Amino acid sequence: MNASSTIDWFPLWLSLRVASLATVFVLTAGTFLAYVLSHKTFRGKNLLDALITLPLVLPPTVLGYYLLVLAGRVSPLGRLYEAVFGQPLVFTWQAAVVAACLHSAPIYIKAARAVLEAVDYRYEWAAHSLGASEWRTFWRVTLPLALRGLSSLATLSFARSLGDFGVTIMVAGNIPGRTQTLSVAIFDAVESGNGRLARVLVLVISAVALALLWSANLVTRAPRGSAA
Amino acid sequence: MNRIEARLVKRLPAAQDSPAFELNVHLEAQPGITALFGPSGSGKTLTLNCIAGFMRPDKGRILVDDQIYFDAAAGVHVPPQQRRCGYIFQDHALFPHMTVRDNLRFAASVAGSKGRGLNQHRRLNELLETFELSDLAGRKPEQLSGGQKQRAALARILVTEPRILLLDEPTRGLDARLRESFYAVLRKTRDRLQVPILLVTHDLEECFELADSVCVMERGAFLQCGLRDSVFHKPASLEIARWLGIYNVAPAEIEALDPGRNTSRLRMLGYEIDGPYLPGHLLGDRGYFCVRQSEVTVSAPDNGKSHNQLVLNVVDRNPCPRGIHIAFEHDFAAVVSEAEYQPLRGHERLKLHIPARAVYFIAK
Repeated sequence: MNASSTIDWFPLWLSLRVASLATVFVLTAGTFLAYVLSHKTFRGKNLLDALITLPLVLPPTVLGYYLLVLAGRVSPLGRLYEAVFGQPLVFTWQAAVVAACLHSAPIYIKAARAVLEAVDYRYEWAAHSLGASEWRTFWRVTLPLALRGLSSLATLSFARSLGDFGVTIMVAGNIPGRTQTLSVAIFDAVESGNGRLARVLVLVISAVALALLWSANLVTRAPRGSAA
Repeated sequence: MNRIEARLVKRLPAAQDSPAFELNVHLEAQPGITALFGPSGSGKTLTLNCIAGFMRPDKGRILVDDQIYFDAAAGVHVPPQQRRCGYIFQDHALFPHMTVRDNLRFAASVAGSKGRGLNQHRRLNELLETFELSDLAGRKPEQLSGGQKQRAALARILVTEPRILLLDEPTRGLDARLRESFYAVLRKTRDRLQVPILLVTHDLEECFELADSVCVMERGAFLQCGLRDSVFHKPASLEIARWLGIYNVAPAEIEALDPGRNTSRLRMLGYEIDGPYLPGHLLGDRGYFCVRQSEVTVSAPDNGKSHNQLVLNVVDRNPCPRGIHIAFEHDFAAVVSEAEYQPLRGHERLKLHIPARAVYFIAK
């Protein structure tokens, strides 16, 4: 028997799928929140900022617990989800997507805010004085000028989504072939004494993470003018 | 005819690197170029930003034509997108990720009104042509020189057919030759657009070259506003005269006044100086004698003594663009050409001739 026949690659594919979806969500909602935080003044801005940072400092078990309470089968949110999608959220791979979002969003939003704030306001003012709406200015001026910074953040965000363990195991569980992501599978392999599987999976995720970080660096170091 | 009328009050709280500041101005501008002239930190750019709508004044009202852009009492604040103010920023703010043509196209697609497709294409080409940008249309701003960027920025705002133009130190960082060509472009634009143009500058020569009217600004307030020549030839206060830097100023007293002959006599630094009649002043009034540096002629001292001449010690002499700048005691100065300077070389004291018509008096 060769090595690959005994190794179940499902956790890797699941992890990649979860991380991809999470990255899409984080990029959309996160960029919006980062724009609001960087360009708007409103009451409660600091509170919003603190709330966004909170997942960064709370233990994963606490976050997982909140999610179970908020999105569990008896909660209003959980019931709404079940009514719309026809299945509960908790202990599905979709719950792992939520967990991954929670893991990567705070860092993405904080860094994206800094990137958006670094765009010279004079370009935005110029667009406004030419008559461009805020929406148009965002799409045609702000976003293109922030694109390089944001795309390197997107890569980081994807890499971070791959790595969530604590919240995932709390809300998605450890169901092989259904909700078992790579990091959970590694935990499982070590627990059950399957050292070879653990070693292979550890090497794989390390290689993927390294490749991602390396490519993120390539993006940031690209010569001026090529990304935008 | 477009005109601007703005009363602005804006307080900025003290920040780490700047003390508290209050802007309090009443500005009126007709079509033509009105220069906001003053040292940096006097509130010139803040005034522009309030008019453009980037900043919201605490109090006041901004009218362009009869349209209210801002009214604190009524709570009106038209967003900058709807004000149609063409704004030229200090560094031009051309979008760096777009070519020159795309920069113009961006403005055109927003302005929208003047048709699309072929019509728009023709109009952009016309503008590119006018500003000598046709060959550069495909370039990104970073591939342009300072003067080219400036023309592109001007072309971009003209696409939108602005109701007023706001220019924030547009020639900063340009050499003399490029300045001249920008002045020519701007004059052409003024004649073509017939809208009020506010020009922020701290460059005296630029004021002379371009401005139809001048508002002298310091510490958030207008010291004097009016037609250029009236401001420069009749500064309203000693402060402005000093600040314009083109005046020789000294304390003086009125010794004689003769409305019949339209003459007056001032006693200044122990000399008697004849000047034009000074309406509104009385014998014995104390104040300041002023004469523009460019009106003063200089000669080697001789023993003759006559009216309107004074002999002063030379403090310093330096080459300047128009010849030699000679600094005298009492902070007097004069500029002479190279040729005029030759016979003066080596003299420690020189004689200054002051034409009577150029004498100006500012009351204390």
